[in-house]
Amino acid sequence: MSKFVKKGSGDTPGISTASLPDIIFMILMFFMVSVSMRQTDRKVIVSLPGASEVAKLERKDLASYIYIGTPTLQYQSLYGTESQIQLNDSFRSIEDIRDFIASERESISEAERQNMTVSIKADENTRMGIITDVKQELRRCSALRIMYGARKVSAL
Amino acid sequence: MADISFLMLIFFLMVSTMDKEEGISRRLPVMPPPDMKVEDQKVNRRNIIQVKVNAQDRLYAGNEIMDITQLKDKIKEFMTNPQNDPNLPDKEMTFIEGYGDCLVSKGVISLQNDRGTSYSKYIEVQNELIRAINELRDEWSMANYGKKYTRLNEEQQAIVRKAVPQSISEAEPKDVTKRRR
Repeated sequence: MSKFVKKGSGDTPGISTASLPDIIFMILMFFMVSVSMRQTDRKVIVSLPGASEVAKLERKDLASYIYIGTPTLQYQSLYGTESQIQLNDSFRSIEDIRDFIASERESISEAERQNMTVSIKADENTRMGIITDVKQELRRCSALRIMYGARKVSAL
Repeated sequence: MADISFLMLIFFLMVSTMDKEEGISRRLPVMPPPDMKVEDQKVNRRNIIQVKVNAQDRLYAGNEIMDITQLKDKIKEFMTNPQNDPNLPDKEMTFIEGYGDCLVSKGVISLQNDRGTSYSKYIEVQNELIRAINELRDEWSMANYGKKYTRLNEEQQAIVRKAVPQSISEAEPKDVTKRRR
């Protein structure tokens, strides 16, 4: 009759950790694929306005960014609280956009230059005056594809 | 092994951003050469709707002051002109490749803003305009293909884009104050 008596202790065996590296690797791979590197430090505060009809930027590598907003606290003593333009890593004026666009254009291969997009990321409290100036300057440099950065919100 | 992967994982979490690149795509008009005189394009008055936003973020469309919630329907009425009202835009029989002849509205939406308009309001208005056009495209493709615009294939989408054009023009900024140079 002792044939049917369970052998060994009744404890449940611990979870095997042999597959842990694989799992972590999978998460790592996911992050490496889904993520874009942070390229510039934000020196202006930008909270994007909401819109329901947003489209995705198709080619991130062809995009250049113009940030417009109030300088962050540490720069306010230097630049004040008026809206400022940030190109790459520094505060710039409208006139510098021309050089910025030219250098961005240089970095893109010739075949894809006409697909270059300028993404304007402006704070929602910015006045249109500065944005109109930026747009006019972009037209002058014939960088005509633009995108107003916005956050997706569902329609009312 | 797991420890090294963990370290790398944490490194990637630190250096990366997850923000999605989204926004409203626009094409700016080509800058006219400086020696050219700015002349008003010959557009029939009935074919144009003025949408203006002033420095107090108030909205004016057509010939009336209106709320942002009314704008979409106003634009849709303007673009479709259901009763063939002589004050609303003309329609033109156009040949679209792959579809055939189709009545296309000649309406143009002209958006004007003041230098003092807030960016959020401007985007809100742009968004409403695009929403109106997108809804019209959906309706058109529903009537012709029985599917929504986004579910059509590339060629059909191109046809719909021609049948319901997105003609939003951003007016030349008016020099209210002299440009600082």
